[in-house]
Amino acid sequence: MRYSIFSLARNAFSYHENWPLAWRSPAPKRQYDAVIIGGGGHGLATAFYLAKEHGMRNIAVLEKGWLGGGNTGRNTTIVRSNYHLDPNAHFYEYSLKLWERLSQQLNFNVMYSARGVLNLVHSPADMDAAMRRGNAMRLNGIDAEFLSRDQIAKWIPNLDCSDHARFPIMGGLLQPRGGTVRHDAVAWGYARAASALGVDIIQQCEVTGIRIDGGAVTGVKTTRGFIVTPKIGIAVAGHSSHVAAMAGIKLPIESHVLQAMVSEPIKPVLDTVVTSGAVHFYVSQSDKGELVMGGDLDFYNSYAQRGNLPIIEHVVGACLALFPSFGRLKLLRTWGGIMDMTMDGSPIIGKLPVSGLYMTGGWCYGGFKATPASGWLHAYTIAHDRPHDLNAAFTLERFAEGNIIDEKGAGPYAWAH
Amino acid sequence: MLLIPCPYCGPRNQIEFTYGGDATVRRPALDAPERAWYEYVYLRNNPCGPHDELWLHSAGCRTWFKVRRDTRTHDILACARIDEDLVS
Repeated sequence: MRYSIFSLARNAFSYHENWPLAWRSPAPKRQYDAVIIGGGGHGLATAFYLAKEHGMRNIAVLEKGWLGGGNTGRNTTIVRSNYHLDPNAHFYEYSLKLWERLSQQLNFNVMYSARGVLNLVHSPADMDAAMRRGNAMRLNGIDAEFLSRDQIAKWIPNLDCSDHARFPIMGGLLQPRGGTVRHDAVAWGYARAASALGVDIIQQCEVTGIRIDGGAVTGVKTTRGFIVTPKIGIAVAGHSSHVAAMAGIKLPIESHVLQAMVSEPIKPVLDTVVTSGAVHFYVSQSDKGELVMGGDLDFYNSYAQRGNLPIIEHVVGACLALFPSFGRLKLLRTWGGIMDMTMDGSPIIGKLPVSGLYMTGGWCYGGFKATPASGWLHAYTIAHDRPHDLNAAFTLERFAEGNIIDEKGAGPYAWAH
Repeated sequence: MLLIPCPYCGPRNQIEFTYGGDATVRRPALDAPERAWYEYVYLRNNPCGPHDELWLHSAGCRTWFKVRRDTRTHDILACARIDEDLVS
């Protein structure tokens, strides 16, 4: 059923009790032309674009839990493309362009809100870095504007722009087209659209092994039986090392926990996304009214999906340094998600050294905003057995070749990116 | 909060420590092939379970030491000086 004002009105007459399920839940078949491991945003997007752009309809998405129950539902919903290095800038800008028209393409409202993403600048060194990055963005055709302290103070009255602030604000780099997207809707929208094209979405089905014969994949072992397939795409960021190890592949990745938190819901006070690299903090306000906040990793390997109090204290401290008035709010909820932290801070999207095996992962902090382009390029790579120009740089081999894409210049320390 | 048992100072709050990563990687010989250096610099086992790792008591005795910690639960299973083996 196509969602529209008419379907809404029609279903209103039956008290919204007769809406059809948004996607089918079939039993797994014995054989598929391709199997995607991971039913989060990236895996579902991969399946959708395989079916939509490449005509592969006999494919399945295998999810060990439920759709969007991992990082798709744990991120802070921010989308942006304010990157400095060319491969990252081109990739994330393509993703932002897909975000801009995703609701129409999926016939599902993902609530893309171009409210802007503002990176605060607190020092002359910050200022130089912001100017350099802003100019690089504009040379790549990406929107970037530098705002003075006075412009920011007028726009965001809650933000402490005074000289007395702990880290006085000197200005900020704004990407106006950046913003937020409702993350659950992304999983549901891709699942519904993929299912309508014939993709089998199989939940509660954990992959326990990958069968390889003569250097090529021949199928996956799952908790619901063996499935024959010549092509496997891995989209399980957080657990990429674990799944790649099933094929005997060791990755330049460590898993780390990243926490996020929300305040109690309040009336609208903040109509943009404010971030500060200097104090390791970012905040936006959800449509429900909660202030959604995050900061840095906990800085030790973890698969626990929960972190510890010192980082929460740090994030809240940074919040109050920037927004003193938020000190009257209660913290409602905190949680953690597991990040694939690569050794250069950039993702791996492409072929793995086993024929028929592909992955999209290694997202570090940037997985959610990458979802549409990650799925699009993963699908392209699987369908053609070679990468597209946009993901040609994001290979696994770049580390051995010395072609790393180190946006922060932080070196081979996974947790430093 | 992690309560980290420094072998020199005893149990202390995690905020006194700096993480140093996987303690099992070994620097190759200077004339080792490039592949060995690639593996040393970039590849990690990244286990989901017990993980042997380095910590520095940066706001204490400023000594590096080893910790075995479960990455699923954050439970600390063992602790040892840098030249000792972890036993748990």
